[in-house]
Amino acid sequence: MCDQTFMAITFGPCDNCSTTSPLMNIYIKNEPTNYCSFCVEMMACQGLLKGETLASLKNESESLKKKLEEERAKLHDVELHQVAEKIEVVSALSIKTRRVLKGHGNKVLCMDWCKDKRRLVSSSQDGKVIVWDGFTLNKEHAVPMPCTWVMACAYAPSGCAIACGGLDNKCSVYPLSLDKNENLAAKKKSVAMHTNYLSGCTFTNSDMQILTSSGDGTCALWDVESGQLLQSFHGHTADVLSLDLAPSETGNTFVSGGCDKKANVWDMRSGQNVQSFETHESDINCVKYYPSGDAFASASDDATCRLYDLRADREVAVYQKDSIIFGVSSLDFSLSGRLLFGGYNDYTINIWDVLKGNRVSMLFGHENRVSTVKVSPDGTSVCSASWDNTLRIWA
Amino acid sequence: MTINTLAKGVWHREQMSCFRKMEKVIVAMQDPDMGMKMRNQRLLITVIPHAMTGRDIIEWLIQKYIMSEEEAVHLGGLLVRYGYIYPLKEPRSLLLRLDESAYRFQTPYFWISTRWPASELDYAIYLAKKNIRKQGELMEYEKVSDESYELCSSDSAEIFRASKQRRKSDRIVLECQEQAYWLINRPPVGSLYSLYTLLCRLLYHLIFKRALGRNRVKSSICLESFVKHSEQYQNHDPIMQGCLPSNPWISDDTSHWTMNTDKVATPTRLRVERWSFSFMELLKDSMGKKEFMTYLEKEFSAENLCFWQACEDLRHGESSRIIEKVEEVYKQFLAPGAARWVNIDSKTMDKTLEGIRHPHRFVMDDAQMHIYFLMKKDSYPRYLKSDLYKNMLAKAIVPQETKKSVFPFMRRQRHSSPSPAQAVTQATEEDGQAKKAEQAGTNSAATS
Repeated sequence: MCDQTFMAITFGPCDNCSTTSPLMNIYIKNEPTNYCSFCVEMMACQGLLKGETLASLKNESESLKKKLEEERAKLHDVELHQVAEKIEVVSALSIKTRRVLKGHGNKVLCMDWCKDKRRLVSSSQDGKVIVWDGFTLNKEHAVPMPCTWVMACAYAPSGCAIACGGLDNKCSVYPLSLDKNENLAAKKKSVAMHTNYLSGCTFTNSDMQILTSSGDGTCALWDVESGQLLQSFHGHTADVLSLDLAPSETGNTFVSGGCDKKANVWDMRSGQNVQSFETHESDINCVKYYPSGDAFASASDDATCRLYDLRADREVAVYQKDSIIFGVSSLDFSLSGRLLFGGYNDYTINIWDVLKGNRVSMLFGHENRVSTVKVSPDGTSVCSASWDNTLRIWA
Repeated sequence: MTINTLAKGVWHREQMSCFRKMEKVIVAMQDPDMGMKMRNQRLLITVIPHAMTGRDIIEWLIQKYIMSEEEAVHLGGLLVRYGYIYPLKEPRSLLLRLDESAYRFQTPYFWISTRWPASELDYAIYLAKKNIRKQGELMEYEKVSDESYELCSSDSAEIFRASKQRRKSDRIVLECQEQAYWLINRPPVGSLYSLYTLLCRLLYHLIFKRALGRNRVKSSICLESFVKHSEQYQNHDPIMQGCLPSNPWISDDTSHWTMNTDKVATPTRLRVERWSFSFMELLKDSMGKKEFMTYLEKEFSAENLCFWQACEDLRHGESSRIIEKVEEVYKQFLAPGAARWVNIDSKTMDKTLEGIRHPHRFVMDDAQMHIYFLMKKDSYPRYLKSDLYKNMLAKAIVPQETKKSVFPFMRRQRHSSPSPAQAVTQATEEDGQAKKAEQAGTNSAATS
């Protein structure tokens, strides 16, 4: 189980005994309360004395789970590929490598596009974070990080800063300066602090807030300026490997996927787990929303990508093939949401027809695992980062 | 895949492929021809067969895998830590010692991959047996919940009686094997484990109950919306349909981007069409938002959009400026007699005013939602039918598709663009200076 530290998130007077101490945020009879650790333990002992055993708790959970599956199945009247029969097949795609970005000294672990549609930031195992103009192949900034394995990086919406982190358990924000002589590393601002490695980070709708996911099993929302923790999200029982913000009108939710095979949807305001999906057979490496925000796809070590509909509250498609054995590390939708690009550990990128469920094309070129796949903001190209030390832009 | 450190005494999850690889090494070590030379070890007065010393293990590893001593010590240490080899003399310590202390291979029955996960009940049985044998001398870490202990006391007595039948050397070996196994696999200590499961149960039940009570939509309706979305956006998807005049990444021509910037004089047709797909699309495009604002000003309801924008600013802005922003919003939009008073229903207004007394980031959410849906249901559809929009659509340009050049191997010059970071620093300077810098930027790009 994760570190005990993840359970205590606030400090203050206990709701039960009024002593000031680190508090655990738990739900009693659907009401959120804050108890100090002593009161929680007292409550736990009482809970067990009422004749409950570990076995009975497990049975109860199993039966609830079964009941939920039955409810979900009731409204499932048609399959996605049946609905998609009437639409045309995707015409043959002629996608080639248009740019190869060389310059990293070791595996490239993550990348992110800038809103200007041509710049991107990438991070690598050698501890360097590079900002490129993808179009001209110019390296505009290079930031050396104090740790190796920089597993997450993100570009700020304004294009004026980047965020990155990894084994240092932190997420740091670097404002991008144009003065060539300026040392970017000196301007670093540490924002997020986790108790285990940082697996993913993204700016929310502005430069002022960052959402992070970590190997300690939690996600968290931070205020960049003060470094303050605004909200934390507990519910995963293993490392959280990926997260994605919902493109919705109200902009309040995000989805996270982790090593506990679960994909959870969270409400950013309250910190509550709103929906949960568990159909994968192995770790979920990446989650991405469908462009309309009504569904999301997940990529897993079990070599499948799955599509989950949020309104129907169930899995609606599985993208798999017997000949695909290796896990998927990353995925992204094309602009219309018709195509799904998946980066696989067998060095290829498979392109799936989201609606009909078949594989449309394969992209070869990388000489090692593909770690990240992202479509550019205007949908004109796809960028893939790989363990062969390069990034490729395909169009 | 993940890199994670294992917390002391507790497993996070299976790592089956690693175990299978370790087992391959172990099996190779026990190979009758190429494996390790084993001998009988004396343990006080009992002779234990098929044992080896730490030094033997290291030497075999060095020879077989052609590795350095440091690496062999490391690998050997891992084999001991995960229980594939256990020490005879001091079972409590899972270290590989390079002296004459004896080691033995763990029986496959006790391998982690075959015995995962270890239950508390099994552990209790083991401890009870040991208790009977050692007459109450259990180690400090060997604890288990009281009820598990009671459940198994009868079982363990039976097992103990049966084991007395075996030969002493076998018994010692079995005891060492079991002890080594449990040293690695013991479940988390009593009260903390039940505390954790109780909390998990509370969370799980809450999630399940909420999920059971959720309103679900029929699959046919949901899936139909995906088809509709894909059809609507198909022409806008450059990877599927190409883009006009050409995809910059393919042709090296950035016209597509220059034609779609925020401040372009005449937008493209596709862009204006997209504003009609949803209210969110209109607001996402800064030009669309500006057009909509112009329309609202004509209708004298521009304060709605301004209020919405101010609330967005509040929600996504710095924590330090929340109080200041809430006050501004109140003064401008909500106070009685305010300059740009917005029309919200009384219930929402009361709730918001109450909330303003203790301002926080989300205090305007209800009011903002109300105004957003008001614009979406009322102003937005009328804007789409208005002359303003129709004229914009009519004068929007449809770029000519660039014909593929006759000599495709002649690559165009790739021009750089001013960095977004540059745009911010220039905005703080005076206009004249900014224009000069911009010109210099494009000049240098042309020569690159």
